[in-house]
Amino acid sequence: MGHKLEVIGVRQVFRPEDGRAPVVALERFDLAVDDGEFVCLLGPSGCGKSTLLNIVAGFVRPTEGRVSLDGLEVTGPGRDRGVVFQEHALFPWFRVGQNVEFGLKMAGVPRGERARIADRYLELVGLQPFRQAFPKELSGGMKQRVAIARALANDPKILLMDEPFGALDAQTRRLMQDELTKIWAATGKTVLFVTHAIEESLLLADRVVVMSPRPGRIDAVLDVPLPRPRSDVAGDFVALKAELQELLRHP
Amino acid sequence: MSHQWRTRIVRTTSVTLFVLLWQAASAWNVRRQYLNPILFPSPVDMVRAAYAEAVQGILWRDIVASLARIFQGFAIGALVAVPLGCATGYFRRLEDWVDPIVELFRPVPPLALLPLFIIWLGIGEVSKILLIAFAVFFPIFLNTTEGVRSMDPLHLRAALSLGANRWQIFTNVAAWSALPGIIVGLRLGFALGFFVLVAAELIAADSGLGYRIQESRNYFLVDRMFVGAAVIGVLGFGFNLVLRRLEDLLLRWRSTIVQMQV
Repeated sequence: MGHKLEVIGVRQVFRPEDGRAPVVALERFDLAVDDGEFVCLLGPSGCGKSTLLNIVAGFVRPTEGRVSLDGLEVTGPGRDRGVVFQEHALFPWFRVGQNVEFGLKMAGVPRGERARIADRYLELVGLQPFRQAFPKELSGGMKQRVAIARALANDPKILLMDEPFGALDAQTRRLMQDELTKIWAATGKTVLFVTHAIEESLLLADRVVVMSPRPGRIDAVLDVPLPRPRSDVAGDFVALKAELQELLRHP
Repeated sequence: MSHQWRTRIVRTTSVTLFVLLWQAASAWNVRRQYLNPILFPSPVDMVRAAYAEAVQGILWRDIVASLARIFQGFAIGALVAVPLGCATGYFRRLEDWVDPIVELFRPVPPLALLPLFIIWLGIGEVSKILLIAFAVFFPIFLNTTEGVRSMDPLHLRAALSLGANRWQIFTNVAAWSALPGIIVGLRLGFALGFFVLVAAELIAADSGLGYRIQESRNYFLVDRMFVGAAVIGVLGFGFNLVLRRLEDLLLRWRSTIVQMQV
């Protein structure tokens, strides 16, 4: 006990329906994340990092092993785990405010309170003036900020983020990383963040879990003791970056 | 001048020119007698004939009779097709039960069933209304199921992780995803319903626009036959316009053209 999230002995095998050989996506995967911790899963595409996130989210049942959050086993998707996807996944037919209120509405929270909570999180991501806009009217970065507000409005125990800034241009991406650091500091949420970008993991995480593919497994775990806000040109940062590059090159 | 206005002016001019050319050709034909002018009435002849029908009171009666049939038939067909299509698209199990039956009935042209409907239900309104309902069912049903199935799996995952249950996902995600398809189905259904309506009235009716065309033929009133066809055309055009407006209104959220910068 004591850990917020525990992943124990997870193994994931995908069996293609066309009879080709089964693919082992994850092998003997163990991970513990503490309350309030920001952990990045870092690795090349195909290393199973998104699969692990999907298992934690409850979208995929692991072949073996188990996941528990606050000691309760994960059996399916649920509102205790907020998910932010690579594509914003906002509901285009709902306005920004309705998107943020979605989880609260599903839970039967009364209208007035719903609006109050949504406003608070829209304020947090700086999009209160866009409450009445449709998602199509927002830029990519704004949409992703709404998606974060939507996940947070449910007050989940953990925030799961699957390369959320992967589809954004470099400058927006950099802004969003700072934004997320602020949001994380303000809310104190536990975050599990998947990325293939070394700098991103070092800018954001308390701990970087380096993964390697075929089969997906943990290669190394690197603590990032840098103070926030972080700069990607500081000496310590560059040293850690070199270390991670080395780890990814020679697993 | 805006692009939109230019388009409007060109389109209006096109129709106006068409009517004027037609009128000129008719006038010329009346003088030269290349063809029997009675067989090829001019637009002015048609307006005259329509006026006569209006004064007689039969024009409105026909329009009302036809519209009553199409609206009732369309409403019944849509009220069956949309819920059934939603359920079939949403529940995989139901799909395998319903799909083959629909596919079996779909290739049968609705008009092939008209004699049967008349034997079962008589020559009155019910047989025609139900035939229209039968015809409009298929495009609406198929586009509805297709629409529900087009739900983005990412939206499904998002809704699940936000705590939505199956019914909530249906009303908040699946139904909205299906809306564009449903509207396409309604438009196609309405067009097909019109088609079946007029054909049924030509064959078996004692009122309505299709009936009037058939009756005018019997009295060799060619100008009235033209009026019947023209009124059908104008009504179909009008309703398509209304449905398109409705589409724009309901799918405001959809277009991807507008983009703002941060």
